[in-house]
Amino acid sequence: MTSRGRELAGFTLLRIAALFVLLILVIILGDIIIKGMGAISWGFLTTVPTNGMTEGGILPAIIGTFFVTLITAVLAVPLGIFAAIYLNEYAVKTKMTRLIRLSIRNLAGVPSIVFGLFGVALFVRLFGFGTSLLAAGMTLGLLTLPVIITASEEALKTVPNSYRDGSLALGATKWQAIKTNVLPSAIPGILTGVILGLARAAGETAPILFTGVAFYLPFLPDSVYSQFMALPYHLYIMATQHHAIEQVRPLAYGTALVLIILVFSMNLIAVILRSYFRRKAVR
Amino acid sequence: MTENVKITTKDLNMYYAEFHALKAINLSVEEKQITALIGPSGCGKSTFLRVLNRMNDLIIDTIVKGNVIIDGEDIYGPKVDVVELRKQVGMVFQKPNPFPKSIYDNVAYGPRIHGLKDKKRLDELVEKSLRQAALWEEVKDRLTAPALGLSGGQQQRLCIARLLAVEPEVLLMDEPTSALDPISTMKIEELIKTLKERYTIVIVTHNMQQAARISDKTAFFLNGEVIEFNKTEKMFTNPTDQRTEDYITGRFG
Repeated sequence: MTSRGRELAGFTLLRIAALFVLLILVIILGDIIIKGMGAISWGFLTTVPTNGMTEGGILPAIIGTFFVTLITAVLAVPLGIFAAIYLNEYAVKTKMTRLIRLSIRNLAGVPSIVFGLFGVALFVRLFGFGTSLLAAGMTLGLLTLPVIITASEEALKTVPNSYRDGSLALGATKWQAIKTNVLPSAIPGILTGVILGLARAAGETAPILFTGVAFYLPFLPDSVYSQFMALPYHLYIMATQHHAIEQVRPLAYGTALVLIILVFSMNLIAVILRSYFRRKAVR
Repeated sequence: MTENVKITTKDLNMYYAEFHALKAINLSVEEKQITALIGPSGCGKSTFLRVLNRMNDLIIDTIVKGNVIIDGEDIYGPKVDVVELRKQVGMVFQKPNPFPKSIYDNVAYGPRIHGLKDKKRLDELVEKSLRQAALWEEVKDRLTAPALGLSGGQQQRLCIARLLAVEPEVLLMDEPTSALDPISTMKIEELIKTLKERYTIVIVTHNMQQAARISDKTAFFLNGEVIEFNKTEKMFTNPTDQRTEDYITGRFG
């Protein structure tokens, strides 16, 4: 085969691979959108499930997912960003810090059910939070931490050293240099990582399974110690565990669509924020 | 020209881990004079410069032995506040490094981190510093414009203005014109000559003509040692050491 022919064959292969991935995505999304659209109405979004979850809406699941993600954020965002600042800006590069960094990377790959069971042992039992929003949010927080730390560290690494040196050479302390010069440049990358991490947490089922999510609650959580409903778990129930699966199928599709829209919106916000900060950085 | 001595080093040795980067350096820098450091790449001249405001502290595994005395105080002494030292002894880098902020915010950066909040005094200080750096006329109508939109030469003068705003006494310049075109270089050289009235300047340069044009004294570094330290005139017309002559006549380096 000529080199040109080989190139053509290579490109064709790449195109087929890309089209294949795209096709799968379109089929999944199309299926959910077409079958889920019918279920979504104002009432679906704003009422509680009724009649053994065969009718009514998913309000408790939306609210539950919102608050559990909020708790996740409160725990994981500051902790993750500060840890990344320490690792990238302060920690001396030794075998120990390399080991710590490696552990954090590996933590990101631990199956989420392991985090879930760890959450039961630590938050539900040992800390005595019971099965609650707090326990589930913190469990998701642990799951999200490595993602946020890693993304923030990468963002900090992209800030040129000349910003740090320039600042220090003017008599800034290390923290002043970080606060006024390094962080503002790293914020877009950090925010993107934070939002992607939280979006993933919002869609997780395994970590909340034993730590706080409830099968069916016809009311909203009234404190962080309440159990709650959540979109991904509700979807799982509706799709596989319900006594009248065929009857509730449209509701399951509706729930899936709401969950996907939620996660997509978070990702969209990440993209918008990043481009906003990028434009601002040039000014 | 027996002026007041501003900086003295005594038997200054410095190591990067195993590498002996500076070998028994004894130099004195006089107040309100321009001292040029010349020598081939890797000879230790930039390292020496960074020892003078302890920027090398940032690199792990560096060891400094001997004394660096500025205004009678050993800057490697136990009681020295590095932040305070860097306010007195500021640095301009090889590549212009304005922060991704406005022109105004770049110059106001130093005073602000040192606690100056008064808007009127900040305005005055920004104007004064930009005037001293010969940049005021070019930027006075666009102080809120991004600093990264300036040309390379303007960026470097902005970095000098940013440094002057902290009101240091010593300016360390690490090849400040090596990334610039000839006209920008000329402007910066003019600027450096005027700054000598108020500041003690130590400049590292790769460009021997530059050293000859602007400096009062020149030190020739080779392999971590000072081979010759003399009045610039003498150095470039009648060097004492054969190696200096070889270097400045372009036989190596």
